[in-house]
Amino acid sequence: MANLTLVQAINLALVQEMEKDDRVLLLGEDVGLNGGVFRVTEGLQKRFGDHRVVDTPLAESGIIGTSIGLAMAGLRPVPEIQFEGFLGPAYDQLCSHAARMRTRTRGGLTVPLTVRVPVGGGIHAPELHSDSPEAIYIHQPGLKVVMPSSPYDAKGLLIACLRDPDPCIFFEPKRIYRAFREEVPEDEYVLPIGVARTVCEGDDLTVVSWGASVVQCMQAIEASNRSVELIDLRTLYPFDMDAVERSVKKTGRCVIVHEAPKTAGFGGEIAARIMERCFLHLEAPVQRVAGFDTIMPYYKLELEYLPDTERIGKAIEETVAY
Amino acid sequence: MSSLSDPAHATTGGRRPLADRTSATPDELLDWLRQMLLIREFEVRTMQAYQDKKIGGFCHIYIGQEAVAVGCTAAVQHADPIVTAYRDHGHALARGMDPKYCMAEMFGKIGGCAKGKGGSMHMFDKPNNLYGGHGIVGAQTPLGTGLAFATKYIDEVIEGGKSRHVALCFLGDGAVNQGAFYEAKNLAGLFHIPVIFIVENNGYSMGTAIHRGTTMSHRLISKGEAFGIDGYEIEGMDVIDVQREMKAVADKCRETSRPAMVDMKTYRFKGHSMSDPRKYRTREEEEVWEAGDPITRLRDALIEEGLIDDAAFKALNREVKLQVRSSIEWADASPEPDITELFTDVYVEKFGPYLGTSMPQIVTDQENDR
Repeated sequence: MANLTLVQAINLALVQEMEKDDRVLLLGEDVGLNGGVFRVTEGLQKRFGDHRVVDTPLAESGIIGTSIGLAMAGLRPVPEIQFEGFLGPAYDQLCSHAARMRTRTRGGLTVPLTVRVPVGGGIHAPELHSDSPEAIYIHQPGLKVVMPSSPYDAKGLLIACLRDPDPCIFFEPKRIYRAFREEVPEDEYVLPIGVARTVCEGDDLTVVSWGASVVQCMQAIEASNRSVELIDLRTLYPFDMDAVERSVKKTGRCVIVHEAPKTAGFGGEIAARIMERCFLHLEAPVQRVAGFDTIMPYYKLELEYLPDTERIGKAIEETVAY
Repeated sequence: MSSLSDPAHATTGGRRPLADRTSATPDELLDWLRQMLLIREFEVRTMQAYQDKKIGGFCHIYIGQEAVAVGCTAAVQHADPIVTAYRDHGHALARGMDPKYCMAEMFGKIGGCAKGKGGSMHMFDKPNNLYGGHGIVGAQTPLGTGLAFATKYIDEVIEGGKSRHVALCFLGDGAVNQGAFYEAKNLAGLFHIPVIFIVENNGYSMGTAIHRGTTMSHRLISKGEAFGIDGYEIEGMDVIDVQREMKAVADKCRETSRPAMVDMKTYRFKGHSMSDPRKYRTREEEEVWEAGDPITRLRDALIEEGLIDDAAFKALNREVKLQVRSSIEWADASPEPDITELFTDVYVEKFGPYLGTSMPQIVTDQENDR
């Protein structure tokens, strides 16, 4: 075991998969010489050479399009997009090609591609560098969307994505890149895509969250007097509705927490599924604690925008007291 | 410009002795003629099938441009990957796809090359190294860079040898105005990626004449020069010229592991799609190009050379017509997709209401492991 940050856990996963499989190559803006904008790929170009850790021009559509070509030909490209806001120029390639190739060819061609993308707010960055666009990609059939909230999960889920035959978007919550350390096995392990984690068990209420918000939820639950069960979805598509259903049928109450704007955020989908599956078990309306329907603010106001322990705690209290 | 083109014979068609114009064998020349006839007949029947409502959606006909797909494909090795845009039936047939799979694909039948899920714009044939058929204008160009990059990576990094493949990436002249193309060219130029961007310049972006929508339209290859990409202008209406000049380009790219850009001058005899009234060009203009029909040119050259006579040509034509007719019968007889097909081939795992779950099976199978 090693005591690692989320950044180090991802770096370790990349090293181990690259050592094992020479089809794996990294591409992106400054991923090589400079070690990546968040230094996630630090040391990898030195270790594997510039033919396997490729510094690319600033050209997201070209990076993702080229990676799709590489993947169609049987390689395992891992492009990095520096910030979630920069996925915009690559949207066409992801949604017009990567997501559809398996269907379009009836399984004849697949796109085993893992796009690594730092995501979310909390690092004093402006909009386009602090956004949470996960719902856009969840909504595109054909893509798998993953967002870990801890170093242990990050390593196991990234390895799962790298070995998965479908295109995966691996969102890395930048707020917790270096926020804490966790014991991470040095050997390789896989955490299956599509399986949630019960962070803590409780009877009064279920909180469902993902990414950096999970940490906020843990703090809010710690500060609360209630017995709260916290479910970290970990994978946003396919998502583990069974785990949510089991928990909500037990507690009868649910609060969903995410950074993305509330309207048409993924929390709305979870709430609708709870209504479909748990209607007669519900003791209170499902609440959502989310970002506001505004452009992500610059850093002076970002903590007002992001769900914090106070807002989450209030939602827990209101829902339990309903 | 480092053009390989010799204008003296680019315009004189088959008048020079064949031996001066090509090193192809008589069998190869006859095969090119057969392929072009096949594409022509296939497209004629495709238009009929579309009008008979057997083909849904959109349909882009390749008639007039046959020499480009046939000549370019003949200029490279079978293992060299090809990717193209949505006017793709010709490339599929030239690459060796059985016309029955191509037709069934457009009919939306299970027998199609993608079991009827892709349709006209999405011809894929992995065994023949054809990577689509793509519907978004210009968006296939980074894929071309990536496919060529993959051959280089496999040749050099995995197999430890020398890069020895090229990829052909076809695009229309309208696609040169898409941003993705510029990113694809920059990456290819920067990383010494052996991709050949072949602009099938038929003079029109749908209904917009090239000079109305594209700068430097008189010299398209200037759009590669800024990326250090050698450009070539090739007359695309004569398959012998296309194959010879493309082979020189491909051999050079293969040897140097460098990209190239080709302005392949051609013309589509039909509209952009099946629903195009062609109000943007004159009948006179069409007639000028029709007079240079690539099939007639090759037929006449082969007759002049004594490689084929009128009776043999008719027999070849008859053979091709029968092949296309049977491909239509085969496509007609191919089964309709079952409704369960809605939920296959989206992810590696099957999912959907027919499996009692609204998400891939793995989710319900696996327990939390922590």
